[in-house]
Amino acid sequence: MLEDKDCGLLVFENTTEVIRAENVLKAEGCEIRLMGPPPEIQSGCDLVIVFPLMEKLNILRALTDRGVSPIDVVPVSSPLLHPVDLFQVKDYGAYLMVRAANMKLCVDKNSRRIVNISGGGCPDVPYLAYEMVGKSIGEAPSPRKIGHTLCGYALDLAFEEIKRRCLPS
Amino acid sequence: MLAVIGTYPRKDFPLVFGKIAMEDERICIQGERIPVNRGTPALMAAALRTAEALGQPAPFGYLVGDIGQGKGSRLLYDHLTHNLPQTGFSTLTFHYLQPIVHWHDRVLSAIERISKRPVLIADAGYMYMAKMSGHAPAYDLFTPDVGELAFLADEKAPHPLYTRGFILHEENKVPDLINRAYANKNASRFLLVKGVKDYVANREGILGIIENPVTEALEAIGGTGDTLTGLVSALIESGIEISEAALIGAHANRLAGFLANPTPATQVMEIIRQIPKALPEALDSRRGRK
Repeated sequence: MLEDKDCGLLVFENTTEVIRAENVLKAEGCEIRLMGPPPEIQSGCDLVIVFPLMEKLNILRALTDRGVSPIDVVPVSSPLLHPVDLFQVKDYGAYLMVRAANMKLCVDKNSRRIVNISGGGCPDVPYLAYEMVGKSIGEAPSPRKIGHTLCGYALDLAFEEIKRRCLPS
Repeated sequence: MLAVIGTYPRKDFPLVFGKIAMEDERICIQGERIPVNRGTPALMAAALRTAEALGQPAPFGYLVGDIGQGKGSRLLYDHLTHNLPQTGFSTLTFHYLQPIVHWHDRVLSAIERISKRPVLIADAGYMYMAKMSGHAPAYDLFTPDVGELAFLADEKAPHPLYTRGFILHEENKVPDLINRAYANKNASRFLLVKGVKDYVANREGILGIIENPVTEALEAIGGTGDTLTGLVSALIESGIEISEAALIGAHANRLAGFLANPTPATQVMEIIRQIPKALPEALDSRRGRK
């Protein structure tokens, strides 16, 4: 893994654009990670993409070709924030709940149907609940694809973890 | 009058504002009929049922469509910035809104121009933003769960997703996390922390703990935190002191959950239906303890 001093930050208009850019760059095989921005560029509900500065031209070209350009590219100048990567799991017998950061997702273990989504504070949480609750974890849309905020991103972490635990590998 | 401010998860839902009513278990504002699943409509429904049980006027509601892209939230922020100073609300409860710090600061500035300062309550995204902006002490009540309390306690985290791992959000750490949130000026005048036990605290320490009845399934049910904030908002508006309202509201929310006999698959409307039965019991219980 590259050290921060060798990296730059891609800053986007919103979290939706960050996720789109991440998908483009991962498909291109680029070595990137999602992190929290340093205080000087925080505006609210933020994620940034950390990339190797040596790859700047290739990365910007790939993003421009796919119509998802950053609003700014800056060097890493202060410590970055790491997204939570710990999960808390609660087994209710017939139901299993996974918590990632502030988001909780609960499934019926037998049918693998999502029965509840709770927690969070950004406006896409009720939207994601509307789109996902009642569907099986194999069929429900991914929060990564239809969410727009950090709460949506956290819900995606819980969703992937519950799929890992409940779907056959 | 109490005003509840938040979003509804439909992209094309217009900005509506007016007195909240309920018909067929749907929230009604300005002719729009909104189902109560979770989020701000659940908070509004709980506040309305509580106000009715207390013989108080129906709350006022502001609602706009937003699915996380922030467009509706910006429209609502702009409306509030221009119109709040002319209102006479005595309690304002802010809820699911896109966290955008500069809009928060403009709305707070508009609130300061209201002739008599209202009680300010923040939950969900608005609470995140109040902390991120550095203005948490301007609020009277935050209603975090234990994970969100860890976020308030972490002076570096701009969102719960970035809460640092060494600040553990475990139930037995709640008193430490409360102290840390106050020490860093990231807490409101009072805190109501939702969890296995509900804690009511201020800068001096923990004022009360509500831990019964215990209904484990409630943690999984989307909207149970929203109903709690609605209950407490309406209790405060009725004239009950903030910490007392938080203790009564926490007990009433637990009772409503218990009476619904829920599983983790229960939907929040089933709990809201129990508020008229749960609230008098919580009020009686509190009177009995004094």
